[in-house]
Amino acid sequence: MRALAWHGKHDVRVDTVDDPEILNPRDCIIKVTATAICGSDLHLYDHYIPTMQAGDILGHEFMGEVVEVGSKSTLKKGERVVVPFTIACGSCYHCGKHQYSACDNGLPADNQDIGQEMYGQPMAGLFGYSHLTGGYAGGQAEYVRIPFSDVGPIVIPDGIEDEKVLFLSDILPTGWMAAENAQIEPGDTVAVWGCGPVGLFAVQSAFLMGAERVIAIDHFPHRLELAKKFGAETINFEESATYDALMVMTGGIGPDAVIDAVGLEAHGFFVDNVVDQIKASMFLGTDRTHSIRQAIIACRKGGRVSMPAVYGGFVDKFPLGAFMEKGLTLKTGQTHVQHYMPGLLNAIMEGKIDTTFLISHRMDLEEAPKGYKMFHDNQNEVTKVVLKPGLGFAA
Amino acid sequence: MPDTYTDDAPIATSKHSDAAVGVTTDLIDGQGGAITARAVTINRPASELYAYWRDFTNLPTFMDNVVSISPIDGELSHWVVKAPGGKTVEWDARLTEDTPNELLAWTSEPGADVANSGRIEFRDAGARGTVVTATIAYDPPGGAIGKLIAKMFQREPAIQARRDLRRFKQLMETGEIATSSRTQAQLQEERA
Ligand SMILES: NC(=O)c1ccc[n+]([C@@H]2O[C@H](COP(=O)([O-])OP(=O)(O)OC[C@H]3O[C@@H](n4cnc5c(N)ncnc54)[C@H](O)[C@@H]3O)[C@@H](O)[C@H]2O)c1
Ligand SMILES: [Zn+2]
Ligand SMILES: [Zn+2]
Repeated sequence: MRALAWHGKHDVRVDTVDDPEILNPRDCIIKVTATAICGSDLHLYDHYIPTMQAGDILGHEFMGEVVEVGSKSTLKKGERVVVPFTIACGSCYHCGKHQYSACDNGLPADNQDIGQEMYGQPMAGLFGYSHLTGGYAGGQAEYVRIPFSDVGPIVIPDGIEDEKVLFLSDILPTGWMAAENAQIEPGDTVAVWGCGPVGLFAVQSAFLMGAERVIAIDHFPHRLELAKKFGAETINFEESATYDALMVMTGGIGPDAVIDAVGLEAHGFFVDNVVDQIKASMFLGTDRTHSIRQAIIACRKGGRVSMPAVYGGFVDKFPLGAFMEKGLTLKTGQTHVQHYMPGLLNAIMEGKIDTTFLISHRMDLEEAPKGYKMFHDNQNEVTKVVLKPGLGFAA
Repeated sequence: MPDTYTDDAPIATSKHSDAAVGVTTDLIDGQGGAITARAVTINRPASELYAYWRDFTNLPTFMDNVVSISPIDGELSHWVVKAPGGKTVEWDARLTEDTPNELLAWTSEPGADVANSGRIEFRDAGARGTVVTATIAYDPPGGAIGKLIAKMFQREPAIQARRDLRRFKQLMETGEIATSSRTQAQLQEERA
């Protein structure tokens, strides 16, 4: 099959590799019909994430048609499914509590060591996202092996096109969980840092959850425009002083809830070598935390902080004092995708959530390297690239 | 080693470097022993976990280093275990304790390539399933090959026990052992 493989910094190629096979009873194989490049993929492209190996197949936002099933899969050949980016077993204690991204069994046993050392307990597996998260081949390919296919993928009814449901795989549930973690009450003002896909879905979700006002912060005019279309007020942090603007806009109180949907952005997911870092116990490198710091300072007293943004290592100058003195609450985590998929599929079918506005570019899988470069170089206009195997080439 | 312990933590987690010796000399012959303990909570009833473990021929399914375990009689079994350099080490192990649904313990017979003993406890944890605690004690052998093996056994058992328990948990909870291989060929290579 053809698949987008990582070969090094800013070097991704479409290679011909062996097709995936059923290896465990609960597996299925899908033929990919649509897959997206995520902002998180750019961290791999920039080689900020350790434990990548040349030839690793990328992609964690994808959907397709079931073409093969293991003996314990509950799916049927021909069904169309969207696959959650988190690989969770559905049978462990955490899955039982719907904390799917904390699944005990999603990672191969050997891959659990790093998480155990770094975080105290290993987390779930992820598709196409380094060997730290399991080394699973991703979905920017013609075919993918899906473990635990009886509990992960959601079956899509006929008549809804791929593009409407594709983002159920990651960014829509992530934006939704971000808003849910903000524990919004009617009449609240919510501020969202970052108008990428996650921030934009958080804006929509916050309104659906009863927020009276949403204030969206970014510096890309096109992305701010999209937020405005959904009813948000905007702050361009290059044009205005974010804290001052927020204080005036909220009558000196500060937003009731703040959402950090920026995170690592383009700078350093982990310091280069996690393992060395653990060994040395000398944490010199730190994650960039500008947005979360600003969000905590701006948040009203007794307010809520929601942090969908990904951080991997250690942080410096975290305003722990402000956090404590103001009595804030913080909720965060990798998204429990499986928990949110059914409800959000309904919301899409009922027309309550718009997903396709995000897609700025559609390309053949063969053009994926070009897609990465465009997304990397022009974040203002390129909001989402969707790859389709067999789409053909634009003129 | 202090005479009295002041906390309830397992001995294997002691910061005192000689803590293991006192225990291992009780369990097996020889000096300079090492001990490692790991616990995992498995979302299945103790009876099911005990039954699977009690049939020692099942253990190679999730214990990566164990090539085979063949029963000799009701209490004795022959173990073949991978060693560095493509070699194997072997021993006969005798079942020393067996309390259904609660406890299994075994110790290698004299003449073992690596003297060792193991103990596995199953404790009911209510809605969370069963807490499984494995304690492995072993006596790293001397000599040239012994050093190699010791290197493997000193560094590895803690890691190996942890990984084996995770695989046991995966098998019991999900019915399979997680792999990120894409093809049968890759899987065979990974499991080799
Ligand atoms: N929790 C999860 O499970 C999960 C899932 C998917 C993505 N994420 C994370 O969510 C975050 C956002 O993802 P995305 O795909 O929307 O990323 P993105 O890179 O497309 O969007 C981030 C936006 O933040 C803006 N930004 C940068 N610095 C800022 C600042 N100081 N203040 C305000 N805005 C700023 C950027 O201009 C950009 O538009 C990332 O950290 C990503 O890794 C988390
Ligand atoms: Zn993503
Ligand atoms: Zn699980």
